Amino acid sequence: MRRLNVNGVAVENSFAEAFDMRATALIITAENRKWARQAAMTMTGFATSVIGCGCEAGVDRELTGTETPDGRPGVRVLLFAVSTAELQKQLLARVGQCVLTAPGTACYGSALPGEEKLKLGAALRYFGDGWQISKKFGGRHYWRLPVMDGEFVCEATVGMTKSAVGGGNLIILGANGRNVLDATEAAVRDIGAVPDVIMPFPGGIVRSGSKVGSRYKGLIASTNDAYCPTLKGAVASKLGREIASVLEIVIDGLTPEAVGEAMRAGIAAVVALGPKKGALRIDAGNYGGKLGRHHFHLRTLLP
Amino acid sequence: MSAFVFRLKQDPDRRVDLSGLVPEALRGRSDKAITRLPLNTGKLRVGDVFSLRMGDTPQLRFEGGSERFDLVGANMASGEIIVEGSVGEQAGRLMRAGKLHIQGDAGPFAASRLKGGHVEIDGDAGARLGAPLAGEMAGMAGGVVIVHGGVGARAGDRLRRGLIVVGGTSGEDAGSRMIAGTLVLQGKITGTPGRLMRRGTIVLLGADYSPSPTFLDCGSHLLVAASLLAAELERLGVGSARRLRRSVRRLAGDMAVGGKGEIWISSSDLR
Repeated sequence: MRRLNVNGVAVENSFAEAFDMRATALIITAENRKWARQAAMTMTGFATSVIGCGCEAGVDRELTGTETPDGRPGVRVLLFAVSTAELQKQLLARVGQCVLTAPGTACYGSALPGEEKLKLGAALRYFGDGWQISKKFGGRHYWRLPVMDGEFVCEATVGMTKSAVGGGNLIILGANGRNVLDATEAAVRDIGAVPDVIMPFPGGIVRSGSKVGSRYKGLIASTNDAYCPTLKGAVASKLGREIASVLEIVIDGLTPEAVGEAMRAGIAAVVALGPKKGALRIDAGNYGGKLGRHHFHLRTLLP
Repeated sequence: MSAFVFRLKQDPDRRVDLSGLVPEALRGRSDKAITRLPLNTGKLRVGDVFSLRMGDTPQLRFEGGSERFDLVGANMASGEIIVEGSVGEQAGRLMRAGKLHIQGDAGPFAASRLKGGHVEIDGDAGARLGAPLAGEMAGMAGGVVIVHGGVGARAGDRLRRGLIVVGGTSGEDAGSRMIAGTLVLQGKITGTPGRLMRRGTIVLLGADYSPSPTFLDCGSHLLVAASLLAAELERLGVGSARRLRRSVRRLAGDMAVGGKGEIWISSSDLR
């Protein structure tokens, strides 16, 4: 396939193949930013991939007191899963174990385009052992659970969208690990400013990209050998002689448009850094276009 | 775009039932049909009491009120009714949605068993605001009621859901037999607020309060739920709501009936 060249960085004429997902958005507040962030990070830990974690989750952005229902600092968290039932299960487990338990926190739904609802406080309320209190203010329904530092306030239900997209991605390739990491970090930084998306892997980056299937029974995914630089002489490699390191950014968004904007921001950041300090090439992962209905063509997302 | 205007000809010589004059009941009716609507009191019809100016919006304006106007806005499901004056009993009873604004006083049982919508009373309200009538099990089940003046005895009796805010003095035993919901009393209180309340929240803002023996002091706390209520009250224009952003004293009760209810007061107001 013909490559494009932007500011010396080669952009493959390829596309990211992404899938429909279910998603919800939460606002976690606390006495201060530190504890709101701590609860959000704990809740979204071990949520890198639906393959092994049940859901993909991350922090969308931090919120000021003027943006939260109770006037305290907060964090907006997004959760993605492949089915409504799994999303419901993950939501309750993660809020129940990681937000309810964190000092001073409260948890609310964040406005979503979808009309469907998932239970949150309506299920967690039983932790109150009969002392839980229902309150409806301004058309929103909250549950108050007595806990050891006061009360945990939690919205009864939160919205769910079926328009979410998971699996948007950028593959960033370069001559050495340092440069590739710099370029990928620059992309993560700029994608972080795009609303309604998360990058669920550690720090937004995944170094163990996978292919479907394995030579071993029971494994549904295995290392993407075509992109492993230490194998480039031994397999049908996608890497040229000049490539010695590859990193990937996976992007989940509440809408296809948000994922497209995030990929555009990431490409722009990598291209702006240029090939000397950053990456030599940008690629995207797909399965031939047969599995996911959302195709994000890199050539349409150039700066 | 203009409202339907009902100008009072003269104070009626008997009580009149205005429950038929709600926006959804007037839709598609001619002016003659509206003036012929019965008032459920003898042979009186709308045209005998009011002169009508037709409108084309789901808004009704009564130019002039009377303490003999009963059931104003009862069962209302949409739109807005404004009364430039006072009304009689059961204003807004069983109202489901929309806005009822009474610019004078309201009689007893205003907002009785309100289900939704917004009722605002600029003056005083009589006894049993939001309460059920005799034989009914539960009171107000949703919506918002704001009374800028005082209220009679047992405001919020059997309150089940929704928010009542009283600006002035409240009569004896406000929040009696509450099932749930929120009752905010900004002025002086009399009697025993929350007598026999099962659940729900009574908020005393600025009242000098001496708790009854069946309400137990649970200490002072900075409650997130109080901040949520403060935000809602601020949205509704209730100025003293900011006191809820500080710590409040929480009293659990009425222990005579389970003690799942609560009274919040500013810590400094506990005697």
